[in-house]
Amino acid sequence: MSGADVIYQTEALIAEDIEAYLDLHQHKSMLRFITCGSVDDGKSTLIGRLLYDSKMIFEDQLAALESDSRKVGTQGQEIDFALLVDGLAAEREQGITIDVAYRFFSTEKRKFIVADCPGHEQYTRNMVTGASTADLAVILIDARKGVLTQTRRHSYLCHLIGIRHIVLAVNKMDLIGYDQARYDAIVADYAAFATSIGIEAFTAMPISGFKGDNITAPSPNTPWYSGPTLMGHLEAVDVNTAADAAGDFRMPVQWVNRPNLDFRGFSGLVANGRVRPGDAVRVLPSGKTSKVTRIVTLDGDLEEAVAGQSVTLTLADEIDCSRGDVLAAADAPPQVADQFEASLVWMADEALVPGRAYWLKLASQTVSVTVSQPKCTINVNTMERLAAKTLELNAIGLAEITTDRAIVFEPYATSRALGGFILIDKISNATVAAGMLNFALRRAQNVHWQALDVTREAHARLKGQSPAVLWFTGLSGSGKSTIANMVEKRLHALGKHTFLLDGDNVRHGLNKDLGFTEADRIENIRRVGEVAKLMTDAGLIVLTAFISPFRAERDMVRALLPDGDFYEIFVDTPLEEAERRDVKGLYKKARSGQLKNFTGIDSPYEAPEKPEIRVDTLRETPEEAAERIVALITGEWMPVI
Amino acid sequence: MQGAIWHSQPLKGENPMSDPAAKSTLTHIQRLEAEAIHIMREVVAEAANPVMLYSVGKDSAVMLHLARKAFYPSPPPFPLLHVDTTWKFKAMYELRERMAKESGMELLVHQNPEAAERGINPFDHGPLHTDMWKTEGLKQALDKHGFDAAFGGARRDEEKSRAKERIFSFRTASHGWDPKNQRPELWNIYNARKSKGESIRVFPISNWTELDIWQYIRLNDVPIVPLYFAAVRPTFEWEGGLFMADDLPRLEKVLGYWPAITDRSIRFRTLGCFPLTGAVESTASTLNEVIQETLLTTTSERQGRVIDKDAGGAGMEVKKQQGYF
Ligand SMILES: Nc1nc2c(ncn2[C@@H]2O[C@H](COP(=O)(O)OP(=O)(O)O)[C@@H](O)[C@H]2O)c(=O)[nH]1
Repeated sequence: MSGADVIYQTEALIAEDIEAYLDLHQHKSMLRFITCGSVDDGKSTLIGRLLYDSKMIFEDQLAALESDSRKVGTQGQEIDFALLVDGLAAEREQGITIDVAYRFFSTEKRKFIVADCPGHEQYTRNMVTGASTADLAVILIDARKGVLTQTRRHSYLCHLIGIRHIVLAVNKMDLIGYDQARYDAIVADYAAFATSIGIEAFTAMPISGFKGDNITAPSPNTPWYSGPTLMGHLEAVDVNTAADAAGDFRMPVQWVNRPNLDFRGFSGLVANGRVRPGDAVRVLPSGKTSKVTRIVTLDGDLEEAVAGQSVTLTLADEIDCSRGDVLAAADAPPQVADQFEASLVWMADEALVPGRAYWLKLASQTVSVTVSQPKCTINVNTMERLAAKTLELNAIGLAEITTDRAIVFEPYATSRALGGFILIDKISNATVAAGMLNFALRRAQNVHWQALDVTREAHARLKGQSPAVLWFTGLSGSGKSTIANMVEKRLHALGKHTFLLDGDNVRHGLNKDLGFTEADRIENIRRVGEVAKLMTDAGLIVLTAFISPFRAERDMVRALLPDGDFYEIFVDTPLEEAERRDVKGLYKKARSGQLKNFTGIDSPYEAPEKPEIRVDTLRETPEEAAERIVALITGEWMPVI
Repeated sequence: MQGAIWHSQPLKGENPMSDPAAKSTLTHIQRLEAEAIHIMREVVAEAANPVMLYSVGKDSAVMLHLARKAFYPSPPPFPLLHVDTTWKFKAMYELRERMAKESGMELLVHQNPEAAERGINPFDHGPLHTDMWKTEGLKQALDKHGFDAAFGGARRDEEKSRAKERIFSFRTASHGWDPKNQRPELWNIYNARKSKGESIRVFPISNWTELDIWQYIRLNDVPIVPLYFAAVRPTFEWEGGLFMADDLPRLEKVLGYWPAITDRSIRFRTLGCFPLTGAVESTASTLNEVIQETLLTTTSERQGRVIDKDAGGAGMEVKKQQGYF
């Protein structure tokens, strides 16, 4: 059946029996794919051709296309399909595609979403983005040029992201006279490369996007080719959800649905497997189990939900479960860990800072993480592994990731939903990297996450207080220790269990191996944060007095603690005043160059943006400030003077 | 030829229903629905103060229906916001009130007071009408209520520049859109973090096409404005287009004359402000007939709206940089 026939039949069916047509289309499945090719390989032309052949182009668009083709097209008087898919105005002028654009077309069997990505090396991040949702990749080759560096790069990236189906589209066959020998040589060449990087299978086909060979109908110009047409193949391959539905049940909880006291449902998208009422499920990371009672939807309860569906489940027991938890098959739960090896694709202009805290978002879990110095980066053109200190824009590397609390995960190879993550910069909020968890490192795997009998709450209850961290930050000599000391004395007098961490008791023991470089300062604060957190788990009210100049590190500590337990107390003393006081004579030393990296002089201080408490030491005495802080944390709020 | 690695699947004897995935797994409509619901729940979980922009058109109707599904049995936990130009069809105002009641959601209506004061209208003011009522009106409403996330019903297939729009689209504190400064979106993980003052427009039905919208309306009995269906209505011609006479006294005021009215069987492919949205002559009075006509039609959807034409091919892109939805 030729492409034209298909269109005619479709149109006839629409005209004659719209009901039958709609029923047919209602049962279509959906395939998402990505097209990879370098400038001028014919990617835009091919996509334009697919849209055109599936009749996704309306007459007014066609008229515009014809007039554009004459004005700016590259094919003389013939239609330049590439113009159909050009996007933003700037790109149109430059004549290259710089972002991911999504296009839609459908046939009688399927709806297709095409991610159209640019091919240059500097757009690796765009390609990875487009590939992340794709079921299939079309790797385009210009038959005149054969397998090029970019072909290898695109294939590697598609394989890295775990695309299951790869199509090698040998394009512009018209320009090599549909030469079979040349085609076979290209396929053999590609096969050798594909095997070397672990691609197990691919489907090759000789096409011409421009002339339409083997796109919707087998081409008379390639009688030696008996494989599928491109469209035929796109219509026949399996989609990812089919594979996902085969796994063990997992549903990350996005939102707890609580319209009234009688209903408590857990809403989420089923990531893997299937679930039915009566199934035993386990809530991770707590490990508690229950049974599914209902699958609730607006259209009535369901008997079963499968991977790819958004549902709301109710459970038989009143157990703790909230956003970020994962509901899983009780007898086959995913792992829980806090240290991993991951593959990272760096997507930001600002390079990775090893040791700095970033947010990691995986399914509905958001945690604070640090990334080690990369073990290596991969040259995407040669697949060579190189040593590296950091990851720059578009770099791909392997690194260790440590999360501040255990997360529920699966290796990316098993589950995209529980193995794929993004990293977010804590200050700019930009998405700086895409990552794939490969495996948990041994240290974390051994942690058993059982519900502890003597909980944090139990510790606190016994002490009759709610644990908290009072984090004093400010310049050297601003008055942090003075005020912190006063606060501690007052709390102690009120019968509260407290502990003060400061430079004196931490630098000499726990952190005596650390100096004052940026990396050491970050590590210093991280350790103090972890210790403070452990002490709050034991029910204590912890006071800390460190300059802690970087916002990201203070936010990292904040993220370690339950909401509301972290009080950032900004002891706000202007530099001139602190320098005038110069209690320890340090400013003088710094000014004279005897002390390096001194905060306020030759190292920055990032003031808190929204501290819980700000103490203006020019207007408030230490006693007044201490009084106010105590009132706040014991529940009697006093307004700022 | 590399027989071991190169494999092909002959196509012979396939019929349209032989796709194994179509039988055992989800249909495209089910997947699109699940995706939209997932997006809405992410926003509700992560944004401080979300809102749904509701324009009363068919895309808004579908988006609202999806929201009801996403949070059922709770009502959607955010208000509906209609940025009103005062130039909508009467039938649209009626459906708006009914849907707010049925969904149990709060309905907020914002009309730009400055545009009202200056009597901005589509006849005398052309593009300024859209700019003042919609672009400025939207910014005012978002600022006034301090919304940090707004759901919109735009689709990627509507217009070339929208093909690259993210699902989560970031706006600066002044509502500007910087095409260079948008975040990559990987898998179905959305980064909803933002700094103070910044906001996000979220497009849960980005991946839907016009046909998907119609299919969904058909499968779910989603209520839509009756103007989508053909009926005999009073019409007049203006600057080469066919328009419906919805409020004659008001029309006379802005046109400066009483237009010649003819009754015709018409319907609307898109619904904007009544003088800006052209009607088409049609007899398609049932949903199936409307879909049939849409599929067989030969002009693309937005053709009826004047807005895209003001700035050549890049019209929508310029609008978006200025903050139009
Ligand atoms: N002869 C021939 N020319 C083609 C074919 N595909 C694309 N082209 C031409 O190659 C040039 C680059 O195509 P385009 O689709 O813009 O490439 P892109 O940069 O990969 O999107 C244009 O002049 C196309 O018309 C093909 O199959 N045969």
